[in-house]
Amino acid sequence: MHVPDGFINAPVSAVAGVIAIGGVAVCLRGARRELDERTAPLAGLVAAFVFALQMLNFPVALGTSGHLLGGTLAAVLVGPYTGALCVAVVLLVQALFFADGGLTALGINITVMAMVTTVVGYGLVVLIRRVLPSQPSSVVPAAFVGALVSVPVAAAAFTVFYAIGGTTGLPILGVLGAMVGVHVLIGIGEALITSLVVGSVIAVRPDLVYAARPYVQPLEIRGSAASS
Amino acid sequence: MSGGAASLVVDGLAFAYPDGHQALFGVNLTVARGERVAVLGPNGAGKTTLVLHLNGILSGGQGRVQVAGLPVVKENLREIRRQVGIVFQDPDDQLFMPSVREDVAFGPANLGVCGPELQDRVAEALALVGMSEYADRPPHHLSYGQRRRVAVATVLAMRPEILVLDEPSSNLDPASRRELSDILLSLPITILMVTHDLPYALQLCPRSVILDDGVIAADGSTYELLCDEATMSAHRLELPFGFDPRSVRATSG
Amino acid sequence: MSGEHGHHELFLDHDTPIHRLPPQCKIAAVVVFVVAVVAAPRGTWWPYAVYALGLATVAAIGRVPAPTVLRRMVIELPFVLFAVILPFASTGPRIDLLGIPVSETGLESAGILLAKGTLGVVASILLAATTHPRDLLRGLERLHLPQLLVQIMTFMFRYVEVVMGEMGRMRVARESRCFRARHVGQMKVVAHSAGALFIRTYERGERVHLAMLARGYTGRLPVLHNVAASRRHWVMAAGLPALAIATTASAWLSA
Repeated sequence: MHVPDGFINAPVSAVAGVIAIGGVAVCLRGARRELDERTAPLAGLVAAFVFALQMLNFPVALGTSGHLLGGTLAAVLVGPYTGALCVAVVLLVQALFFADGGLTALGINITVMAMVTTVVGYGLVVLIRRVLPSQPSSVVPAAFVGALVSVPVAAAAFTVFYAIGGTTGLPILGVLGAMVGVHVLIGIGEALITSLVVGSVIAVRPDLVYAARPYVQPLEIRGSAASS
Repeated sequence: MSGGAASLVVDGLAFAYPDGHQALFGVNLTVARGERVAVLGPNGAGKTTLVLHLNGILSGGQGRVQVAGLPVVKENLREIRRQVGIVFQDPDDQLFMPSVREDVAFGPANLGVCGPELQDRVAEALALVGMSEYADRPPHHLSYGQRRRVAVATVLAMRPEILVLDEPSSNLDPASRRELSDILLSLPITILMVTHDLPYALQLCPRSVILDDGVIAADGSTYELLCDEATMSAHRLELPFGFDPRSVRATSG
Repeated sequence: MSGEHGHHELFLDHDTPIHRLPPQCKIAAVVVFVVAVVAAPRGTWWPYAVYALGLATVAAIGRVPAPTVLRRMVIELPFVLFAVILPFASTGPRIDLLGIPVSETGLESAGILLAKGTLGVVASILLAATTHPRDLLRGLERLHLPQLLVQIMTFMFRYVEVVMGEMGRMRVARESRCFRARHVGQMKVVAHSAGALFIRTYERGERVHLAMLARGYTGRLPVLHNVAASRRHWVMAAGLPALAIATTASAWLSA
């Protein structure tokens, strides 16, 4: 759903730009708390991975295909603030360098695909995690639901921008129906991929999954403490 | 630093990973300035764990490590990481900047070197490994052997006291192998080389130690160790088929 | 959205005045140009010819051949398809197009969408063709993109190639065993390889981090280049956006 230039009118694109800048600013502040020293390389890896995931097109219905968004996955792996920044960086690179998504639509694309997906996806993960047993593997079903819901919600958020500033004169309810319908299906794919990826990382390295950190046992050092 | 001190002193080093797996059980090793020493040992002997202690990436066990007289403790980490140049096994792990030049500049720039001096350091390090004309290429477009040489240059640019190489000959074709050994032999620097490649150890390092089960099991001349079949087989070290250290010694001296 | 993002062939290594412009000037010029294009009013069509002429001039100076630009424009394909549907799906009064009744506003919207979208896409293609990814990063840094974002992007560039290479190898391995992604039910296979890929990449990231720490990394990438822009550079880079702003302004005045 990379929105191209000219799809949404200039004032709404500008408002979305302001929202996106505000969101990125909040995330930059928040990311400082999430990140330990290994952050930037890991965040870069997550960004590269989201970039690759967004190229995984899969057939949806009626000959159309969709791609994954990766927002929930990024948030679960490196935390919501850093995760949103990762997706925002991916979108910026795609717009500047790959002509994928318009530069003037960058605000809309960041708001919808970086902010809405991580807020909804990670919010649900935190809520669901609470009612599940306190163990790292609880993050897997939580991530499944978070990803499942985040994609159609992002599609609906896009429709809101379209309803206010769309330039193409399509009936709003039709757009809403088509966008959400298609993205419910994409959401299933996103949920499967997100939960399987998170599950396989938790199985091997639970310490690397931000959303599983509350459940990781503190490190234990055998032998006496050393000089450092 | 203090001229008389050994390049490296490891004293009673023991370490267990957080999961409880203990990798080192009291390692003692002293390397004099200018010496070239090979650390031999089977897989899982603790070689990589030892390497990561040399510049303080791993710590928290028992014992101590000193580099050029300076103890490896948190307060000294910056200086220690300048002094200890580790060349990791996979050059792709080491090269992460968009061009060779930037990658070589990364270390000294982190130490606050800038401007013309930084350019000099980069040029000097690339010249030492014979990669000067590749300075503006992206590292991942180079051949494996060239990447390994650039990885050595990234460390040399920091003008370290001791060069630590983890499996320097792995995945190299014979020509790249020889080019790298020529470079390493030409460097006036202390070298600690962790390897399975016994002929390479013999060619480059007059002295070898065997690390097995987290302790130094043998320490002596590389030639004598390789000729000592009992010690070799006790530590699962095998010479490649057809390789006889005695014949090499006879020809190269 | 679709199509392969070829990473290697994006940048064309020539030495032209466009290539020599500092990256921050080019990025700023592209952004202003696209904003001006998007702001063009409905109902007039001549401005698009002027914008296109401006881009064609830049392409000529930068020696970016037309076939290259056309080939990369496949990125736009989903929206071309969308634009084709518009005249049929939109509401409003109908007119006859080759005997088929289509929505008048839908037809106009499709035209505008295609024109603006295409100009934006071509502008990005020209930027990528004349700016090395490394310089793009420097340019964004000079334009005060926050340091953390620059760092994430630096590592992303470094890793995209690794991830894509691995993905390609895994696809070959899957397809050698006669697997082809045909419907959603087979997605589990794709997801599992994605999981395996993630761990591989993650562990590599960890090793890279160790290598960085070993060379004194403290969390901030050192600034190694100074790509300073002179007044002359800015004036040169302002050519294209100035043309676009003037065009858009006169289109509004005459509309």
